[in-house]
Amino acid sequence: MTLASKGAAIDIRGVSKFYGNFTALDDVSLRVEPGEFMSFLGPSGSGKTTTLNLIAGFTDLSTGEIRLGERSIGHVPAHKRNIGVVFQHYALFPHMTVAANVAYPLKQRGMGKAERAQAVEASLRKVQLESFAHRYPSELSGGQQQRVALARAMVFNPSLLLMDEPLGALDKKLREVLQLEIKRIHRELGSTFVYVTHDQEEALVLSDRIAVFNKGRIEQVGTGHELYTAPQTLFVGQFIGESSVLRGPHRSAGDETALTLGGATLTVPGAAKGEGPQVILLRPEAATVQAPGTGPRDGRTNVVAGTVREMLYLGSAMKYEVALAGGGHVIARTATQESPFAIGSPVEVAWNPKDSTLLADDGSTAAL
Amino acid sequence: MASDTARPPWRGPFLLTLPALAVLLLVMAVPLGVIVLRSFTDPAPGVGNYVWFFDTPVNLTVLARTFKISFWVTLCCVVVAYPYAFAMSVAGPRLRLLLILCVLVPFWVSGVVRTLAWVILLQDSGVINKGLVWLGFDKVKLIRTQLGVTIGMTQVLLPFMIMPLYAVMRGIDLRLLQAARSLGAHPVKTFFQIYLPLSLPGVFAGATIVFILALGFYITPLLLGGPQSTMLSTLIQQQVLSLLNWGRGGAMGVVLLVATFGFLAVASPFMRQKYKISGGGR
Repeated sequence: MTLASKGAAIDIRGVSKFYGNFTALDDVSLRVEPGEFMSFLGPSGSGKTTTLNLIAGFTDLSTGEIRLGERSIGHVPAHKRNIGVVFQHYALFPHMTVAANVAYPLKQRGMGKAERAQAVEASLRKVQLESFAHRYPSELSGGQQQRVALARAMVFNPSLLLMDEPLGALDKKLREVLQLEIKRIHRELGSTFVYVTHDQEEALVLSDRIAVFNKGRIEQVGTGHELYTAPQTLFVGQFIGESSVLRGPHRSAGDETALTLGGATLTVPGAAKGEGPQVILLRPEAATVQAPGTGPRDGRTNVVAGTVREMLYLGSAMKYEVALAGGGHVIARTATQESPFAIGSPVEVAWNPKDSTLLADDGSTAAL
Repeated sequence: MASDTARPPWRGPFLLTLPALAVLLLVMAVPLGVIVLRSFTDPAPGVGNYVWFFDTPVNLTVLARTFKISFWVTLCCVVVAYPYAFAMSVAGPRLRLLLILCVLVPFWVSGVVRTLAWVILLQDSGVINKGLVWLGFDKVKLIRTQLGVTIGMTQVLLPFMIMPLYAVMRGIDLRLLQAARSLGAHPVKTFFQIYLPLSLPGVFAGATIVFILALGFYITPLLLGGPQSTMLSTLIQQQVLSLLNWGRGGAMGVVLLVATFGFLAVASPFMRQKYKISGGGR
């Protein structure tokens, strides 16, 4: 029995999922390239797990098509899809030893005993658990159980591996260790990985590309860098990384838009996005905090006055939260200063318009 | 051992068991001791009562029949209770409550009343036979047969099978079945390879309770049965209350008790569990 080990592409075309009147997934289309590590990122109820369940075959499609490689799998039963799945709660069979758990998919495929034992050992070695083969799952820690689940999901060399918040039940330290391990395994296997998470940091660390889900739709697909530096919606801008959102009446002129906030006029490249209200999205590292009147007044830098509301010392950096005179606030991160601004002192926040992004106001607020 | 020092002083918890132990001693151990004693002393010292028991063919026939009927009752209970308990474990809260009530309400009705209800259903001109005739079938002899006794006992003992099964099934993570399917197992295989083995502790627990209760069943076989379906408890009652033969009745009781322990000794290795069901809270 030979098992293909190359990753396969997934093509999701116009897929929707309805539960009665509720639309869990609304006309989603997405392509995952062969061998790619793609994360589905979004808050709970955004449709990311529904999409994963549709790919795995645990839920039936309402409309649309899913292709895995050359094969249309939208209506193939789950046990014939040949897709590895790792679950948040491990889902190891408690009445079987670690070795029997990992051998289970091979047994279903009718692999011979000797060959099976070899494959099980190799798979357990990949997750560094070869000495635990004869234990029962209840005798292992959470991290070890998830490693076994990973070994079981990849032992039959599926061309696609799905992971549904696999590290969600583990503590932060262990999560970081396993993230690196998952990344290494992805490199070694060459399979396509789809990873569901609500943790943007985890998605950034692991993924080649990230699909950001919100309310049953995909808001944006791109590399972590693209999503961070060029979000296409306010939701994405706020979900990925930290940001400040400035709201005010706007006026577009050619390739530039100006937003009025209190007495200040803030410019930002690009024409208004749509008809509705606009916002400026500003990353903390793009903003500088300075004493009033000390910055350049060249008309090209945005400057807005405010008062320090909070000052956090982060070791290598400092974080200011500045309440603006015209309402709202800005978060700014700077290198550690010898004599920082005290809480309550009047300051100016300045930034280069190029480093801010103009977005349509979709009403979303910060995720946290 | 180091762990010994960490243990609480043993006397405290032990003292808490004293009332229960006193009751057990008074209503269990003492009468049982008297029964065993009398089986060896009444009417004359020696093993005469036991010799009589094993020398009388009808006793052995009835003992074998008692085990046979108990076996069939247990089997019927497993077959009927398994799908019912499964439905209970996956039902929504309202349907689950209804299903639990359907089990418990008959349970709250006295066994005598339920058995008499079965008499009405099973008798030759009863509801079941009238129905069969109406449908164009021949009458079936149900009352005073082993079949009738088995039906009645199955119904009376069903809750003892359903409850332990339900308790175990509720703890089974159904996502394991999803996992098995993703690993390539046909839904039928996921049942036999995953769900059934995980539910077996419940089957064994329920089956043991039902089997042991069935061995000592008295009212139902008495009212629904005939001469061909007498069980050992009826014979004991005859010896003790009709023939005033306390020694022989005691010997029969001891034989039944020893046989039950023998059964438990054979069955218990199958009930030992090598693993714990853990993870996947729901």
